[in-house]
Amino acid sequence: MKILVIGLNHKTADVEIRERLAFNGPKLEEGIFGLREIPEVKEVALLSTCNRVEIYSCVDDSYSASENIKKFLSDFHGMQRNDFEKALYVITDSDAVRHVLRVASSLDSMVVGEPQILGQIKDTFDFALSKKTTGVLLNRLMKKAISTAKRVRTETRIAENAVSISFAAVELAKKIFTDLSGKSFMLLGAGEMAELAARHLVGNGVTDVKVVNRTYDRGCELAKEFNGKPVRFEDFLQELANTDIIICSTGAPTYVLYKEQMQKVLKERKHRPVFIIDISVPRNIDPEINKIDGVYLYDVDDLQGVVETNMLERKKEAERAEKIIDEEVEKFLKWMSSLDSVPTIVALRQKAEEVKTEEFEKFKNKFPELDDEKIKAVEYLATAIINKLIHPPTVALKEDTEDRDELIAMIKKLYGINGDDNEE
Amino acid sequence: MGTILFELALTFYFAATIVSIIEIFKGGTESSKPMLFIAGAGFLIHSASIIYRYAAAGHLPVTSMHEASSFFAWCIVLIFFLLEYRYKIGIMGSFIMPVVFIMMLSSSVLPREIRPLSPALQSYWLGIHTFLAFLGNAAFATAAGIGVMYLLQEHYLKSKHLGGLFKRLPSIQVLDEINYRLITIGFPLLTLAIITGALWAESAWGSWWRWDPKEVWSLITWFIYALVLHVRLTAGWRGKRAAILSIIGFLTILFTFFGVNLLLKSLHSFS
Repeated sequence: MKILVIGLNHKTADVEIRERLAFNGPKLEEGIFGLREIPEVKEVALLSTCNRVEIYSCVDDSYSASENIKKFLSDFHGMQRNDFEKALYVITDSDAVRHVLRVASSLDSMVVGEPQILGQIKDTFDFALSKKTTGVLLNRLMKKAISTAKRVRTETRIAENAVSISFAAVELAKKIFTDLSGKSFMLLGAGEMAELAARHLVGNGVTDVKVVNRTYDRGCELAKEFNGKPVRFEDFLQELANTDIIICSTGAPTYVLYKEQMQKVLKERKHRPVFIIDISVPRNIDPEINKIDGVYLYDVDDLQGVVETNMLERKKEAERAEKIIDEEVEKFLKWMSSLDSVPTIVALRQKAEEVKTEEFEKFKNKFPELDDEKIKAVEYLATAIINKLIHPPTVALKEDTEDRDELIAMIKKLYGINGDDNEE
Repeated sequence: MGTILFELALTFYFAATIVSIIEIFKGGTESSKPMLFIAGAGFLIHSASIIYRYAAAGHLPVTSMHEASSFFAWCIVLIFFLLEYRYKIGIMGSFIMPVVFIMMLSSSVLPREIRPLSPALQSYWLGIHTFLAFLGNAAFATAAGIGVMYLLQEHYLKSKHLGGLFKRLPSIQVLDEINYRLITIGFPLLTLAIITGALWAESAWGSWWRWDPKEVWSLITWFIYALVLHVRLTAGWRGKRAAILSIIGFLTILFTFFGVNLLLKSLHSFS
């Protein structure tokens, strides 16, 4: 049995192909049953997200299986093979295991460390389980993928570093105010980046939102979007005393806020800290303001600097994560090889011998009066019984049947043979 | 036995200090659990050593510099663990355990024998007055440690270099809040310590206030913290200024504690 991964992701295929090959809604069920029909495919699970479509399977013969899967994809989605074949990757064996663990741990994601993919992997697994398309091997692999992802998340800080400007703004705000709920926030001006950052702040619990715009109507519109109140541009200075966080992006050619004004504001608010993000280019807020005690002013370049530091950090963490992946792949492969029948037969035999020896010793201690001849006869009997008992499972293990993996796992469980697998 | 307990506590605090300093240089990723565990063990042993000495001397062991330093250190660790329990800021240990260790180290080099207490001082006031004073001063000491953390985090935010301990230090708002809280705890304790001291002085020496250097410096400390609270409430001196003031306040305490005893002649000096 071999593990085979066929798929495509944001790196290999553009969005148009990804869309056409996606298994959305009812297609997911149709797809997974269709794949199960392929003779070489013994177990299968199907992942379909907006960034990737992947088919995880256990197959007898990876070449003919992958040919048939490609053919299935072409038939199912009504696409020419040539149109999508270049975007596909076909991975087998240990590389396939590694791939699945990396995907689950979000090392293969567009934004490395993003947490959604693990949930999607879980869904994939649950769905396949509910449709009974997976078996021992894939079940184990999926469990391994999930536990590895958790390990990566707890042992590295891969998901902790904000790698976009708007996330960096939230991260900074949390180092100034701890809890953003109940904090008041002013959006001064508009613009894509400013609005995105504003959305993140609101998403993190900022409640009192004020929207200032030179065009009052536009301000009203935006205010509606953020559940805030519009403020006329002429009045924004009066509101500053009650504002903890300001995002500024007005497109004005000069500064709209000067140091002297801000000093007055700070006195009014009894020096409670203020966090100002100036996204505008050219800058709209006098950089001297950062020198005021209790004011933290970040412009676009500052935020970019934060993001870059975080990127570096994340890269370092990703390297540590890869090491964890290596370890877990190793463990999984070890488990897989233990599924071979020969070691199981040996272990079964050993187990039987152990039981015999143990019981035989007890017997001898219990009846010390017996002479050697009788003891030999009893030993002969015991050996004959265990041989008869382990004969049928041994024969079954030697047969090359379809469900041998399951059989091996079952026998190990029934006879209490652990092999080298010590976890879970 | 008492010596063994004391030396053991000192050793554990030393280990906790080393671990906590390593944490500073490791930056972000490490957890504070090992340090907390070692410091916790040290605290338990230290408590045992103080109880042992209490039993041996028959009164709260604060009547020699050796005992006083050790008890002061114990109060600081007590407050540290109360804060840790409430706020879970492990990295705080890196700023407090070194101070504790230095206190204990200075205690360890001072003469350790238990001396008979002069009859004038044999009173229940001894326990009450000194416990209040030490606990109050320990709260101020911790506030100074928090103040240093505040200044560091504030520096990261202002300079926009977010490396080092930036990720592990909590928000400046929380640090400011803890600082304020500690001072509001320490201040009434110090006030009560001065009042009980005056009551005790009246019964022991026959006058409320004798302008003893320790009394004077305690009063100075009291005024400094009264000022810290006053300017915070009226002029909004919070954050950086409050942090700096709490550090200055602690320096005064250190002088009241060590300087007065070692340099000036005082009724409170124990030698």
